Amino acid sequence: MDAQIYEVKQFLNNKTYLPLGDRGKKIMDILRFITAGSVDDGKSTLIGRLLYDSKSIMIDHLEAIEKQTKNREDGEIDLALLTDGLRAEREQGITIDVAYKYFSTPKRKFIIADAPGHIQYTRNMVTGASNSELIIILIDARHGVIEQTRRHSIIASLLNIPHVVVAVNKMDLVEYSEDVYNNILIDYDVMAKQLGIKHITYIPISALNGDNIVDPSQHLPWYKGDTLLNFLENVSIENDINLTNSRFPVQYVIRPQTEELHDYRGYAGKVISGIYKVGDAITVLPSGVKSKISLIELGGKPVEEAFAPQSVILHLEDDVDVSRGDVLVRDEDLPQVEQQLEVLICWMDSKPLVAGNKYLFQINSTRVRSILKSVDYKLDVNTLEKDYSPQNVGLNDIVRATIKTAQPIAFDSYQSLRVNGGAILIDETSNVTVGACMIQ
Amino acid sequence: MINNEIKNSEGISNPPLGARGLDYLDQLESESIHIMREVAGQFERPALLFSGGKDSIVLVHLALKAFRPGKFPFPLVHIDTGHNFQEALDYRDNLAAEIGEKLIVRNVGDTIKAKNLTEPKGKFASRNALQTYTLLDTIEEFKFDACIGGARRDEEKARAKERIFSVRDEFGQWNPKLQRPELWSIYNGKIDKGENVRVFPISNWTELDIWNYIRREKIALPSIYFAHNREVIEYQGQFVAMSKFVELEPTDKISVKKVRYRTVGDMTCTAAVESDATGIDDIINEIIATKTSERGETRIDDKVSEAAMEDRKKNGYF
Repeated sequence: MDAQIYEVKQFLNNKTYLPLGDRGKKIMDILRFITAGSVDDGKSTLIGRLLYDSKSIMIDHLEAIEKQTKNREDGEIDLALLTDGLRAEREQGITIDVAYKYFSTPKRKFIIADAPGHIQYTRNMVTGASNSELIIILIDARHGVIEQTRRHSIIASLLNIPHVVVAVNKMDLVEYSEDVYNNILIDYDVMAKQLGIKHITYIPISALNGDNIVDPSQHLPWYKGDTLLNFLENVSIENDINLTNSRFPVQYVIRPQTEELHDYRGYAGKVISGIYKVGDAITVLPSGVKSKISLIELGGKPVEEAFAPQSVILHLEDDVDVSRGDVLVRDEDLPQVEQQLEVLICWMDSKPLVAGNKYLFQINSTRVRSILKSVDYKLDVNTLEKDYSPQNVGLNDIVRATIKTAQPIAFDSYQSLRVNGGAILIDETSNVTVGACMIQ
Repeated sequence: MINNEIKNSEGISNPPLGARGLDYLDQLESESIHIMREVAGQFERPALLFSGGKDSIVLVHLALKAFRPGKFPFPLVHIDTGHNFQEALDYRDNLAAEIGEKLIVRNVGDTIKAKNLTEPKGKFASRNALQTYTLLDTIEEFKFDACIGGARRDEEKARAKERIFSVRDEFGQWNPKLQRPELWSIYNGKIDKGENVRVFPISNWTELDIWNYIRREKIALPSIYFAHNREVIEYQGQFVAMSKFVELEPTDKISVKKVRYRTVGDMTCTAAVESDATGIDDIINEIIATKTSERGETRIDDKVSEAAMEDRKKNGYF
């Protein structure tokens, strides 16, 4: 066996989940994932299969798609039809937007962002990926790692998705060959190293036949790892929430102004990362005013501490000026506060990006005016090549740019703290969300 | 390799979680509260559409958690078709009085009179589609710029594609191809005058999540959600409540069945399911065991065509 294949086997044998004994103690949590691939890769079939085999499809939905597949020669149910929601999509056989699907097992609730994989839909994939903790990248076993695989992987890496599953699909069409599978793993591993993608899990599957989706496949005796569902149920995600750097964007100030509560002033918001305790010294950003937490309320009850991602009300000891858009942080770990930001932007509008234009810049609950000062380069999502003098920047393009905001912004770099490093650009004239920014 | 030394993708090793893990209901609750507070922060004149059904009851419960001890930054608004279950209406009035929040009711019957609309005909004539007219009029009357609703993405295929902040034009129309991309937990509610946003804080909840949450939070529901004896007409395998809104025919078989409602809409377009479930636990067990979707089992109005919901939404329906 050559050395590379040996390496592949080694990481196949690595178990990427906790031992069984610890699993039982887990609470039922939520895993949000995105599937990347085109219709041809069997993406819709895969999602249909997960829903079908985990018994999350209801009879009436099944009957509806049975009606539509009556004309098919093989008489098999077309599971892809389960995910194609809108009439235009059914007519054209494409997915035009991100659709969300839900299923659960006793261990976990799953939210699937189903985004199309065609090149013109980078925008949709970025949207779906922004809220995902895991991505399933589908590879057609007959074609191996292709340009599209690379594009999906680059987006996964730019969006900093914590877990990557490479599902090698259509194993039935390559006679369940271990060699074919191993060669794809070697190719992907080389690319992943270039892109700096970590935490990759490989699984050979046939979505059409259900091999290795829920139950282990008899056709793949050489594969000793988890089935796809097994992996999704057990992959450890509790560390995906950052409990170290405390960030609390204020959404709304609660002031009942009644007789018995005339001094009540509570700051409503979500702890997006970190932990806050009563007595903690905090700084209000961007003003820099300091105070201490005097009270934390969760669902109307006082609590000693609040942690991500809880929605709570914080009270401060001093009567300081705090309003929507401010961020309360603990003194020990301050974010950066700047007016000039270096960002990667995925452009999402059909009108092109114009350097020098003004946009509204929104990060969490903070919305300020901004100027897109300059475009430094355009990134080719297939090759990562940089074009330093792009002719134009249009829909689905990714560029590195400099933005100047009207007020200082409290942020973290997207790669270090996802929840406080992502922002959107809004066109002031159309009100549309035109860009997704990842602050560098 | 995963071991005790695990670091997350951002290279940060968390302190021991201890009791700090949130379960799925806590996570859903927090997300929904966050969305409601974004509505409060971004809009001048929001409203919460309240029907007396379980989903909007959960919305009110979430609003209490989001804004108490303050008042709600929005009134409750009910578009009453005039074909509602009395139990749901009583519940609505009691709840609004109990929590001391403003309730605005507008009647579809009044819109029909004022605008000379044609009442739908037929055996189970439903005013469901006409609701849209009253809703749009009410939005205009109060200049609402955001309407919070209890729609969920698991209900129906067209809903699965809708944003949490869903922008509607002056005619209340939804354009599925021109939706704003919605990234991270950042919501863009910026609109022009005349437009409004429909906001769906429980988009990510499933029917079962709703019931499990109702159980956990001990939320009271209208009695029709629990098994009770009722006069029903059997129609194409579904049981429709006997009421003055149904056009009886000589061949109709009326019988008394023990039923409960899985969804609560108009008496004419909502079917009951046979059930012995008198408590929440029984209902949850029945839902886990059921093979039919919520809308498929109980909504007569979704069966009209494959794209029935998509079409109604484009016309301004919720």
